[in-house]
Amino acid sequence: MTTIRIALPVHLRTLARVDDELRVEVDGTPTIASVLDALEAGYPMLRGTIRDHGTDRRRAFIRFFACGQDLSHDPPDAPLPEAVASGADALCVIGAIAGG
Amino acid sequence: MAKVRVLVGTRKGAFIITSDGARRDWKVEGPHFGGWEVMHVKGSPADPDRLYASQWTGWHGQVVQRSDDGGASWEPVGNAFGYEGVPGTHQWYDGTPHPWEFKRVWHFEPSHHDPDTVFAGVEDAALFRSTDGGHSWTELPALRTDSRGNQWMPGAGGMCLHTILIDPGNPKRMYVAISAAGAFRTDDGGESWRVVTRGLSSNFLPEPEAPVGHCVHNLTMHPSRPDTVFMQKHWDVMRTDDAGEMWREVSGNLPSDFGFPIAVHAHEPETIYVVPIHSDSQHYPPEGKLRVYRSRTGGDEWEALTAGLPQRDCYVNILRDAMAVDSLDSCGIYFGTTGGQVYASADSGDTWRPIAEHLPGVLSVEVQTIP
Repeated sequence: MTTIRIALPVHLRTLARVDDELRVEVDGTPTIASVLDALEAGYPMLRGTIRDHGTDRRRAFIRFFACGQDLSHDPPDAPLPEAVASGADALCVIGAIAGG
Repeated sequence: MAKVRVLVGTRKGAFIITSDGARRDWKVEGPHFGGWEVMHVKGSPADPDRLYASQWTGWHGQVVQRSDDGGASWEPVGNAFGYEGVPGTHQWYDGTPHPWEFKRVWHFEPSHHDPDTVFAGVEDAALFRSTDGGHSWTELPALRTDSRGNQWMPGAGGMCLHTILIDPGNPKRMYVAISAAGAFRTDDGGESWRVVTRGLSSNFLPEPEAPVGHCVHNLTMHPSRPDTVFMQKHWDVMRTDDAGEMWREVSGNLPSDFGFPIAVHAHEPETIYVVPIHSDSQHYPPEGKLRVYRSRTGGDEWEALTAGLPQRDCYVNILRDAMAVDSLDSCGIYFGTTGGQVYASADSGDTWRPIAEHLPGVLSVEVQTIP
């Protein structure tokens, strides 16, 4: 099992009732899909808020950042960077910035 | 003494405003789900402490919240709204076919008899039902398939099923309304549906009296008269006395018959309320005067209710689900504005005062009268 750190935007931390980063355990090589599967299993209230029900498609205003890279357009089953897999860096779930 | 609980959905959270039966002193509590749009909050008639709230943002989509203690605490429940089968397409704004896509819940209508049974009206327009307190949702697909769903098109706010009326004496009879499709009735609990739009006329349609395409804004019904339904349409205030088989216009002397909400007095089935809005291109009250209009004759003859409401420089809107009544004597009337005010009248509309003044823009108002 690999422990993955996940940083959520504030609205999702509130929904999940957590104050800081989350940690989830993933079998095998961690990917965005396997990390989100583990996140939604542990925090079912997050289902549908990062990726759509049914299709598992990333929601339009959500991005995945880690290690200074935008991973949003990588295939969901692509291995995450080693720094995320080792726990040195967190997978950041980002909501699009909007103001006004 | 009875208690009144006003459930307010706003663009940045939900608020619960309470008073005792005197309705003089009000306490505002919230925001719940701060920063999220709360489209609607409604309580179960069978258990007033059971509430359902529709929480939404463009970032994170739909969350359904449930309370079992009158809003003191909340639990996220199911938010998977999957259309039955292959839902196909509806009309897009430009008339081209557009695939059906779930966006959000506009309205919850809990059963009169079972707190775990609740209906959800959603965008893109469809009706869902939960019988397990909101944990799982199943579409009643005949509404789309029986009622020319491929011809429906969105209004400016989206293609939403925003109104659900359940006959308390016969739960198998329901009315729903969709913008911009029309009004629909089921007599068998949603197994089959009829388009009930005869008598409606909408000048923006190529065929003004077409069966579907009407932008119905809101429906209301007195529980003692389930065959009589009142409608605020995009333009025109309408009524039917035969369960929607034929509608007739009752706009009468209103200064504008454009508007969004319509409500009926709790104890007088022929007393109804609307809030006229200048036009579909100017979503604010005529002359900058916020006036509720009351008809004690079921329409046609209307009187302006202005005492306590701003009569100059007022340019707010009142959205379709943002007016409701309590069941005390005299009936209380409540509405919320896009400017964040919630106004209440404890005397059937004769006088008004704000019970909250600086909330985010109000999307919905519901009222519970708790013995």
